[in-house]
Amino acid sequence: MKAQEYLVKEKLPLFWCAGCGNGSVLHAILRCFEKLNYTRENTVVVTGIGCWGKADDYVDTNTFHGTHGRALAFGTGIKLANPELNVVVLMGDGDGATIGGNHLIHAARRNVDVTAIVVNNLNYGMTGGQYSGTTPHEKITSTSRYGHIEHGFDLSGLVAAAGASYVSRGTTYGIVQLEKFIFEALQKKGFSFVEAISQCPTHFGRLNGMKKPADMLNWFKENSVSISAAEKLTQNERENKFVLGNFVNKENEDYSTKYLRVINDAKKSKEGGK
Amino acid sequence: MTHKQDIRFIQGNVAMVEGAIAAGARFYAGYPITPSSEVAEMSSIRLPQEGGLYVQMEDELASMAAIIGASASGKKSYTATSGPGFSLMQENLGVAVMAEVPCVIINVQRSGPSTGLATKPAQGDFMQSRWGTHGDHGIIVLSPSTAQDCYDLMIDAFNFSEKYRTPVVFLADEIVGHIREKVIIREIDENKIVQRKQPKCKPEEYQTFMQDEDGIAPLAPYGSDYIVRLSGSGHDNKGFPCSRPDNADKFIRHYTDKIEKNYKDIVKVRKYNLEDSDITLVTFGGSTRSSLEAMNMAREEGMKVGVLQLVTLWPFAEDEVKEVLINSNAVIVPEMNLGQMIGEVQKLNDYRTPVLGINKVNSEPITPKEILDKIAEVKNESTRVFG
Ligand SMILES: Cc1ncc(C[n+]2csc(CCOP(=O)(O)OP(=O)(O)O)c2C)c(N)n1
Ligand code: SF4
Repeated sequence: MKAQEYLVKEKLPLFWCAGCGNGSVLHAILRCFEKLNYTRENTVVVTGIGCWGKADDYVDTNTFHGTHGRALAFGTGIKLANPELNVVVLMGDGDGATIGGNHLIHAARRNVDVTAIVVNNLNYGMTGGQYSGTTPHEKITSTSRYGHIEHGFDLSGLVAAAGASYVSRGTTYGIVQLEKFIFEALQKKGFSFVEAISQCPTHFGRLNGMKKPADMLNWFKENSVSISAAEKLTQNERENKFVLGNFVNKENEDYSTKYLRVINDAKKSKEGGK
Repeated sequence: MTHKQDIRFIQGNVAMVEGAIAAGARFYAGYPITPSSEVAEMSSIRLPQEGGLYVQMEDELASMAAIIGASASGKKSYTATSGPGFSLMQENLGVAVMAEVPCVIINVQRSGPSTGLATKPAQGDFMQSRWGTHGDHGIIVLSPSTAQDCYDLMIDAFNFSEKYRTPVVFLADEIVGHIREKVIIREIDENKIVQRKQPKCKPEEYQTFMQDEDGIAPLAPYGSDYIVRLSGSGHDNKGFPCSRPDNADKFIRHYTDKIEKNYKDIVKVRKYNLEDSDITLVTFGGSTRSSLEAMNMAREEGMKVGVLQLVTLWPFAEDEVKEVLINSNAVIVPEMNLGQMIGEVQKLNDYRTPVLGINKVNSEPITPKEILDKIAEVKNESTRVFG
């Protein structure tokens, strides 16, 4: 299937604002579906709630549209009950990392074989640009008009520490690199995670002097560093940079594979008349 | 399923697991909490023996979400919790209603609010089981009073869930969950196990929420030839978001109607000595046990006391309750809360029948003696004629 064929044509045009990064990320995902020959029948796209959480409206595969923050928990049940499915979970930074932060670290630790793609636009787009758990220090949002006093999560670092099998971070400016990360993540057995830094010109951009989408893209470009370059920076310098690249790519048996052994042992114990 | 008939001496909580397995459940996701933990423990042992799966999630929000996801993938699924855990499940319980995904939620009630008295019995979640999740919706709630019920009724819970494409709440309480009794693990006739309706149309014609003539939409599992679009947001027949007022109205009424209109199929009650009862006890769950004992004691003293046990709590057994209101000189509602079910009984009381409550919230069960005292009081004070 061609990338465009995964799109639900009658739902176009997209609901997202002009210049929003969500469309670029969705397109990259669908191109990966094409390359991997994903069938509509064997794929489930799971979303939470938020602007990015509406991505499933446009995808012509099986879908599950759940509640804010819980997409990974729905995805865990979907995958464990049928390990043959390709389960792709799409979440915003509020969705996936703030309200849903607990599920994110536990899905990574459990190493459930799903791919989570968080579009991190550094704020809550859907509800009007309030600060999220990833909003950078001192940035302005509709609920941090005097400058945000908290520090944002390093999401990729968090998920890596929690035990994910695959972790990468890219931006909508470097869409080719981002697509490569998504492609790798989808192929990875075990919990794979891609953080896509993306622009929300309508809220984050407007309040932080980057009204035009291109201004935000340039901001990403100018402040991006590779993982190796980041190693030379101080903690402070690093906080103001987008550190991009592949953080984790390891072999680690996934939950479903391990559980097959539990089933085998349990069946034996039953036969042995436990 | 080859379930040989087997007689065991087990806890209600354990019987629930056997009932779930006999009903075809093969997926459990949960977060342990007293007094429901034995359901989790036994599920972790028994499910893999049947090729099923147990997963302990990080909290109850995730547990509820995971069983919905597993059910969407085609596995009959359930979870168990108590008190605070049931509160946490309410948001995603709404998803199961809205997306019409079958699943069973066991709530072994304990004292509350908040953490309350963790190991003590109560029946304070009667209303929460009906109205807990936000918005208008229908719900099916079943309530066991014996360990045997925990087995038998659990099969009904899954059957209703599959038949009506809806979550079903299994509202137990600590008394029933922890009681150890003889339980017959019955041999189950395969034909009595309900599987959700599967689509018969061509895959390209399938719509996830398109109702058949009986008002229930077939639900294919993820991974079949059919494309399934499930959503907890307002949606059209295809599962795409839809905020048209007429569509919203249609679906929200549908969630209630598919249950209320099948009242006769869903509502189960048990009648004890109602043929000639002057004073009738209307009960549910663990309180039924003391009520039956009180009834027997009263009968020995020559008083005509009967018991109407509500096995299905929602939809509410209106016809049966009206009948006892008409035929009794007084109705007593013993419940381990400050009066949740009695309100429903009073709503139906167009007959000016005295309706009295026995309400106990000190974390101890209502005793037969307390019920007997109430019966005596009613008999002495009532102006009605007692035959
Ligand atoms: C339990 C709950 N709390 C709050 C909301 C309101 N809400 C909807 S979307 C959203 C935040 C969305 O932000 P994010 O997840 O970052 O996605 P974006 O819109 O930026 O793509 C919030 C708070 C909700 N739907 N559910
Ligand atoms: S509010 Fe922001 S995130 Fe939402 S669609 Fe508009 S630009 Fe995109």
